[in-house]
Amino acid sequence: MIELLFFLFAAVALGSAINVLIQRHVLYSSLSLILLLTAISGLFILMQAEFLAVINVIVYAGAIMVLFVFVIMLLNLPADEDGVDRLRWLKLVGIPMGLFLLLMIARTVWRVEGVSATTDLAGTPQAIGASLFTDYLLPFELTSLLILIALMGAVVFAKKDL
Amino acid sequence: MIPLNWYLILGAALFLLGMLGFFLKRNVISLLLSVEIMLNAVNLTFVAFSSRNGQISGQIFVFFVLVVAAAEAAVGLALVIAMFRNRETLNVDRSNLLKW
Amino acid sequence: MIDYLTSRDFLILFAKMMVIFGGVMGALAYTTLVERRLMAFVQMRPGPNRVGPFGLLQPIADGLKFLFKEQTVPGNANVLLYYAAPVLSMIPALLSFSVIPFGPDLKIADINVSLLLIFAITSLGVYGIVLGGWASNSKYPLMGAMRSSAQMLSYELSLTLSVVGVLMITNSLSLTSIVQSQQGTWWFIPKWNIFLQPVAFVVYFLSGIAETNRLPFDLAESEQELVAGWHTEYSGMKFAMFFLAEYANMVTVSALATIMFLGGWNGPSFGPWWMEMALPTVWFVLKITVFLFIYMLVRATIPRIRYDQLMYFGWKVLLPLALANILVTSFLVAVL
Repeated sequence: MIELLFFLFAAVALGSAINVLIQRHVLYSSLSLILLLTAISGLFILMQAEFLAVINVIVYAGAIMVLFVFVIMLLNLPADEDGVDRLRWLKLVGIPMGLFLLLMIARTVWRVEGVSATTDLAGTPQAIGASLFTDYLLPFELTSLLILIALMGAVVFAKKDL
Repeated sequence: MIPLNWYLILGAALFLLGMLGFFLKRNVISLLLSVEIMLNAVNLTFVAFSSRNGQISGQIFVFFVLVVAAAEAAVGLALVIAMFRNRETLNVDRSNLLKW
Repeated sequence: MIDYLTSRDFLILFAKMMVIFGGVMGALAYTTLVERRLMAFVQMRPGPNRVGPFGLLQPIADGLKFLFKEQTVPGNANVLLYYAAPVLSMIPALLSFSVIPFGPDLKIADINVSLLLIFAITSLGVYGIVLGGWASNSKYPLMGAMRSSAQMLSYELSLTLSVVGVLMITNSLSLTSIVQSQQGTWWFIPKWNIFLQPVAFVVYFLSGIAETNRLPFDLAESEQELVAGWHTEYSGMKFAMFFLAEYANMVTVSALATIMFLGGWNGPSFGPWWMEMALPTVWFVLKITVFLFIYMLVRATIPRIRYDQLMYFGWKVLLPLALANILVTSFLVAVL
């Protein structure tokens, strides 16, 4: 049963990732990315990381992708222009080489045996919070500073005249 | 129980798809989307290892990756808006004034 | 898997799903009737009272009308997104009811991050509006969609921050734990969170009204400026789906407000065994009805606020209030 769910989520994830790359209009790519994010949230739930799954949907699919969709609609972008596809040879050689790289990685990873879990891990908010606010307090405060800087940068860049 | 290597291979496949998109697409927003695919693949790998080793630090790191992805998406999109305002096109090949 | 599907647990779960789903859909249909009659009484006119006694068959007549209307697609519209937008609006609206506890046993799923799940699902509801407005290829829907997406994003912040105070008191994200922590009374006052977190309650309810695009925050579908906002070009069953999604969001916000601040299904319990089983659900529905009445009365009385006033209110009034509430609550929780 759980393997069935894994294959379902993995198929949706791979299909939407491929769809992001093949679509000509950027809006359809962003919508496929939202589908990818929900599939990855499903995989997180299968790994008992339910807090992260929900946070993924709230932050990534619910805020960042809305930003993407908003910008695409604001700029009113047309579908990608036709014309000479300068990257034709690059795509013809690159994609098989990428698949070959995947094959090499898969061959190496196939023999990995992770350390078996000593304690039963549950991705509850209590567990994450206990670790985040004691061991990782400094990176946590630094990320708030990072977001502040990104906020100021985004506002300055998008202004018409400074 | 799903073996760990299935998650790792899925993460590697997604990362490779993101990388292929990053190298082969010309639209700036498509590049940003490919970067997001790569970040998601990395998140998946982190959580897979965290659930296998029984430590929570993998999931904490996913937190920070999420924050960095949000910051980078915001600034990247602001840059896209500025670029579109000046050039009327989002093709990265047209922004080659600094090339020799 | 087949032996799970025919087991007794699954049949009970299926029965609960049917009861909750059927109850919610019927309640949504009749909420539209109640709203129209209430607004009509406020405006000193009778409201729909022709179809059936007291207009009770009006929702059924409306449903039939929506089914039989002609399906038009505006020219040059993006057909895939045009048809997908009502579905994308309806799915999150109905999905939230899977984790809301209607009674001590009447809930479909009980997960330990259910409050966050509802916030995640409502944040996905923005896409139905944005895509519906954009795919219609016309200026009024586009303006309505842009305004609405900015408004929903801004008020989501104060919505999620205002419940952090409740979470600090309850120490759990699960909705059933939040309800169970409000059992009992202090002498004659029930142990509800509204007496402990009044500011959070006001911020939550105002943000909830803004999230569901209701007056006085309904610039996205203002009838006087934009013809009908983002659902201008929609008719027939697609419009009915948007309509039902809006009312379902209203009911979700009201249900969350009662669970977090008014004690959920807690209430005095009396009578024979069958009455004691049904009474928590009755209390829950009564409390939700109180909030729905407040929604409708606010719609009938208060004028619409301007867009810049709306943004000012969301970012400069509600957000600092929610943050100050977190500060004060954390201080009090640590000290007491």
